[in-house]
Amino acid sequence: MAEPRVIVVGAGPAGVRAAQTLVKAGIRPFVVDEGRRAGGQIYRRQGEGFTRGYDELYGTEADRARDIHETFEALAPSIDYRPDTLVWNVAEGRAWLSSAGETEAVPYSALIVCSGATDRIVPVSGWNLAGTYSLGGAQVALKAQACAIGHEVVFLGTGPLLYLVAAQYAKAGARVAAVLDTSPFSARIAAFPQLAAQPDLLWTGLTLTLALKRAGIPVLSGVTPVAIEGDPETGVQAIRIRTAGGSERRFACDAVAMGWHLRPETQLADLARCTFAFDEGTRQWLPVTDADGRSTTPGVYLAGDGARVLGARCAEVTGELAARAALADLGHPGDADRRRTLLAAKADYATFARGLARAFPWPHALAAAVADETMVCRCEAVTAGVLRDSVSAKGAVEANRAKAFSRVGMGRCQGRYCGAAAAEIIAAARGEPVVQAGRLRSQAPVKPLPVGTARSGR
Amino acid sequence: MSGRFRRLAETDRPPVSITVDGKEIEALQGDSLMVAMLASGSALRDSEFGDGRRAGFCLMGACQDCWVWTTDGDRLRACSTVVSQGLAISTHQPEASWPNLA
Repeated sequence: MAEPRVIVVGAGPAGVRAAQTLVKAGIRPFVVDEGRRAGGQIYRRQGEGFTRGYDELYGTEADRARDIHETFEALAPSIDYRPDTLVWNVAEGRAWLSSAGETEAVPYSALIVCSGATDRIVPVSGWNLAGTYSLGGAQVALKAQACAIGHEVVFLGTGPLLYLVAAQYAKAGARVAAVLDTSPFSARIAAFPQLAAQPDLLWTGLTLTLALKRAGIPVLSGVTPVAIEGDPETGVQAIRIRTAGGSERRFACDAVAMGWHLRPETQLADLARCTFAFDEGTRQWLPVTDADGRSTTPGVYLAGDGARVLGARCAEVTGELAARAALADLGHPGDADRRRTLLAAKADYATFARGLARAFPWPHALAAAVADETMVCRCEAVTAGVLRDSVSAKGAVEANRAKAFSRVGMGRCQGRYCGAAAAEIIAAARGEPVVQAGRLRSQAPVKPLPVGTARSGR
Repeated sequence: MSGRFRRLAETDRPPVSITVDGKEIEALQGDSLMVAMLASGSALRDSEFGDGRRAGFCLMGACQDCWVWTTDGDRLRACSTVVSQGLAISTHQPEASWPNLA
């Protein structure tokens, strides 16, 4: 090879900043992205022929979104860009790409994984009904397609995205029936000092909540979800919850958007044999990296929410940091001042993220206590009772064995949407801390490939 | 019938017509297949595990809940497919199903 090949996976804020940093250093990176157009999920672009402007689409983040899009467009002549392409395996120094039914293995000197995140879910009775969507999904419908997921939408979960998407829906003219937060309001007060690390983000959050209340939308904190009600044929009809005060309330609706923060997409890091460690603050297993984003596997770098959920703004910082680390390891000169600036910014975002985790905690007790009849695995309609049985009757001691017995984590989503709750259920059934439930091992392909996928002649 | 999804804006795009289970429906150019189908219908497919109709979940290619089939038998992920004139879709999978409920 004439020059080291650097592959960037993902073209969200982290991937775009990584690619930009590499190009500035004279490297022509491969940028492989599952999306049709760059931007990732957070700065996802609307379809061709849509006309809404940046302010309408991205609100307070309009300038950042525009800058990410324009930066990437300007990089076009200097990169090998593969849109609509899935990286489905990483093995033996090669990334396996798949697009339009063809696959090819591309060797790399450095691999920068910016794979993003998906919603973290607590299973709720009835969440398998048509009309239940992830919060991120509800946002995609609006941003990319100018649609609401229903005619009467309830937002359930916790975290900043809950209020953001609900407010975006209300502003766009959708009917929001209620915003139901499982976190008690007192947690937000306790987290205030950490949240103040990003005053403008804190302010945005307060403004959104106020706007929802002003619009007359019920906004409840400290709720316990009871059930999403509906009909298997026609879908969601209502949601029932218990309020912080203990009374039961029912909200009629034809759609529920649910999510409890995000979980990183760590499958490629896992396949690249990176070491993982349990993070007590988020109760997630995360790939181990140094401050710059080097994983424990030489030549593999991790950035953005796919490494650790620190938000879109921080993804720009960690994307650049990871690219700089890769460049340094390839023998390029570093810039100590720039690195210090980036590390300081990352530290501030990390403080803010800890504040968010405290203000809007993952309701692990709720996940652990999901009723036996409730489906944990939405892909294959497997209930919590079957999962508990794999522990109590069949002797599974951790998530992978329980998966083999119950199929929870084996379906279409490969554990993305059941894994977090399943670990809590397994650990509780064994009376152990959740760290003991371990983590689901990632398998290639990380997403289903068509059976007819052929080796590319390229 | 009225659809599950509600269009809030951007409705003056040129129309595109597709068929779903043999019935012609009108979509708009630039629609994802999922939006096209759910703007006029209420579901995308049957759960092969016997618990009812499904209409997708994540809209970002992660959950695979939105699979539909062309009448030729190819599988499409409705959230990441853009509609095209004349697309012929079936919401019933050609393969077997495995009801999982008593």
